[in-house]
Amino acid sequence: MFKSDMTEKVAPKKMYILIWAALMCLTALTGGISFINLGSWSTVVAFLIATAKAGLVVTFFMHLRYERQRTIWIWAAASAIWLTLLIVLTMGDYLTRGFLRVPGK
Amino acid sequence: MSNISQATAVSIREAVDKHSLHGHFADLEQQREAAKLGMWVFLATEVMFFGGMITGYVAYRDAYPAAFQAGSVHMLFVAGTLNTALLITASLFVALAVHAAREGRRKALIGCLAISMFLGVCFLGVKGYEYYQHYLDHKVPTRSFQWDGPDPRHAEMFFVLYFFLTGFHALHMVIGISILGFIIYFAYKGRYTPEYHNPVENAALYWHFVDIVWIFLYPMLYLVGHTHV
Repeated sequence: MFKSDMTEKVAPKKMYILIWAALMCLTALTGGISFINLGSWSTVVAFLIATAKAGLVVTFFMHLRYERQRTIWIWAAASAIWLTLLIVLTMGDYLTRGFLRVPGK
Repeated sequence: MSNISQATAVSIREAVDKHSLHGHFADLEQQREAAKLGMWVFLATEVMFFGGMITGYVAYRDAYPAAFQAGSVHMLFVAGTLNTALLITASLFVALAVHAAREGRRKALIGCLAISMFLGVCFLGVKGYEYYQHYLDHKVPTRSFQWDGPDPRHAEMFFVLYFFLTGFHALHMVIGISILGFIIYFAYKGRYTPEYHNPVENAALYWHFVDIVWIFLYPMLYLVGHTHV
């Protein structure tokens, strides 16, 4: 039977506006901070702000917060985990080359 | 109990009449969940699609940090920031469109999607302007590529990644805008109801995903050049 009217939790419209405002503020923040020299922390801060923005979009705009299907949560998490694996394992190779002396090289 | 099943039979018949419930689903709710799950699975493959290029970026930036910084100086910061704002705002209107679809407000649905399409086209316009400036600047990695600083090949790699990442993102934007066009057409035809609007939701998920890709591309490409300057 039709359950969608009960199961689909509708978020208030105001929330979308708030999330949009937060995203705009974070964009201004990351743009502004990029002019300050934080050394190698610049990249870390920019990445953290981008991750926070992506988190807001996934959680509220893409309704993960209101998602009852756990399978969807698994797929969303799997995307992040596999991307992290891809980058971490690749860089785990590049960054550790030369740590050990290889005979004949 | 019989009341419920009778009501169910009636609503299913109504749904089938509207061609919105496919025969292999028990009810609209199951169909909705299947459609949404399928979309998320597709988006996971899209993460891997962009993930390969992003990993390439990380590896090359680690190898040539100075050249990447110098390359990033040639990015149009204002254009990139403006585009970020345009995409975030477009995402807001797509989210509001889904909200309108859930409440069955057809005009609001069409209006919000039209605004998103417009903002998306603006994004592509700004992107095209940037590409044109890079072309005039001889920064397109072809035989005409010119570089005054040290390590031109390393700087060229930054621009190769820049054009591939933003190019594929722009392709996704073109697809997203087209999808919104179809959604507007079908919404105008009155196909979507508060019970059935899976295509609206899935198009919105796709749009938000493309927004997220840009959220990461913006610091990766535009913000690197300012540090240490």
